[in-house]
Amino acid sequence: MTIDLKTVKHISKLSRISIDDNKAKKLGKDLNSIFSFIEKLNELDTKNTEPLTSIAETTLKLRKDEIKSQNIREDILKNSPDKNKDFFVVPKVVE
Amino acid sequence: MSNITDLKLVELVDKIKKKELSSAEVTIAFIERSKKSKKLNTFISENYDNAIKKAKIFDQKPDFKKKLPGIPIAVKDLFCTKNIRTTAGSKILENFVPTYESTVTQNILDEGGIIIGKLNCDEFAMGSSNETSYFGNVQNPVSENLVPGGSSGGSSSALAAKLTPATIGTDTGGSIRQPASFTGTVGLKPTYGSCSRYGIVAFASSLDQAGPMTHDVKDCSLMLEIMSNYDTKDSTSVEFKRENYLNNLNENIKGKKIGIPKEYRVEGMPKEIDELWEKGIKIIKENGGEIIEISLPNTNYALPTYYIVAPAEASSNLARYDGVKYGFRSKGENLIDMYEKTRSEGFGDEVKRRIMIGTYVLSSGYYDAYYLKAQKVRRLIKNDFDEAYKKVDAILTPSTPSSAFKIGEKLNDPVSMYLNDIFTVPINLAGLPAISIPAGHDKKGYPLGLQVIGKAFDEQSILNIALALEKNISFKNNITDWWIK
Repeated sequence: MTIDLKTVKHISKLSRISIDDNKAKKLGKDLNSIFSFIEKLNELDTKNTEPLTSIAETTLKLRKDEIKSQNIREDILKNSPDKNKDFFVVPKVVE
Repeated sequence: MSNITDLKLVELVDKIKKKELSSAEVTIAFIERSKKSKKLNTFISENYDNAIKKAKIFDQKPDFKKKLPGIPIAVKDLFCTKNIRTTAGSKILENFVPTYESTVTQNILDEGGIIIGKLNCDEFAMGSSNETSYFGNVQNPVSENLVPGGSSGGSSSALAAKLTPATIGTDTGGSIRQPASFTGTVGLKPTYGSCSRYGIVAFASSLDQAGPMTHDVKDCSLMLEIMSNYDTKDSTSVEFKRENYLNNLNENIKGKKIGIPKEYRVEGMPKEIDELWEKGIKIIKENGGEIIEISLPNTNYALPTYYIVAPAEASSNLARYDGVKYGFRSKGENLIDMYEKTRSEGFGDEVKRRIMIGTYVLSSGYYDAYYLKAQKVRRLIKNDFDEAYKKVDAILTPSTPSSAFKIGEKLNDPVSMYLNDIFTVPINLAGLPAISIPAGHDKKGYPLGLQVIGKAFDEQSILNIALALEKNISFKNNITDWWIK
């Protein structure tokens, strides 16, 4: 299998990372060499194998639904690149 | 008396407790040496003035019951530290100052530790040479222009250069053990669930573990004891009986069954690595341990599995860097354009590469072929270890397939860079504990490490085996301070 330029552009769109044509070509080359290495997994028959989704394989613990952090609005906003009063500011979305 | 910075962690603790040294003396000694060592590029952020202040406060009312009484420690810049900038080696977090403390660093602070700075690492811990850091590569104190390993390369370099008496790293596929091996130091990756992941910048959540990096096994035991706890803030933290690893440390390995996996004898492995392994085997036998040949048949599939699972989880974890709530933001014509430019300019090449691999293997039409397949193979790899542990108590392997390489040598060949982690990655996939200890030098004089892999939650056994090996090897790091004028 090979990953063509169109696919690279599609992945970059899905990843929300803009790339120019030159970068896309180089990335395509890297991805192809990585995926040809990954293809090795196809040698294995895993029809009857259960996927391992978590190594801890325990059921998650329940806890009381109670507020632990209070009055942290300023903390939350502190590292924001753009804010206005109590809001994060983003480029205009609604016309 | 020898230099303060030549002392090991347990020795320093002892001297402070006996009032032979004050916290301020120790803290200033490490800071002064760090100031003279800028050439290594180990620190991303310094916390020197604040640390000295804290040391003086400690000395005014010292609490000698603490396990790290006024001990200065520099930590990998992947741990969130309250009011100290935390970058993860990335431009996208260049100005991020956490408003909370990671559990592991909190544990260190609670035991009297003093944070002197944040150490360089590969961007988002993605790398094996510390060359992907936005803050530049790190020098290995062993020799000029040699990589210190990665991703915890700033940690391994600072430790080996004696800029910190001990440090902490994170290990997703070998990021503690490989740099430890490259710098002649000890590094331990605990069992998944032993150390809390709360407050650690996430890379691949089902693989990430924090662990200690130290000069010897004794120091390592002390650090693990401090770092490991059950934490409700991490939903995968595991409740189990944590030992007093330092007190229980015991070099008697009589009757211990140690497995030697034949699949780890990889083609083209330097002769020195094989000899090192034989040396380890000989020591185990001489100390009454039993050597048993074992098979981990799916070893060769571990790296391809890792390079699906880790990027997939990374692509999800790193989706949060969108330039809205924190971190770097680029200007865009609209919201989507802002996202795309922010991520394009904020992430480095290796991180982008891995996000894109991850996005691809999780995308519609490819999920079953790649991601699900990898999760199934991960099960097979774990089963291999489960089988092996029916016959043995621990497993001995080399830590890496080669010694440290030159800066720039492998940067343009991602697959060859990934092969560095061939002996360490399977352990993360299986969630097991493993320790790397320095065991010899190659003909260039660069350090080489041996890895002891344990059963889940049996850190004590691998520490004990590592101690027996350490005592018989008496490794000496030949570091000449070449970077200090």
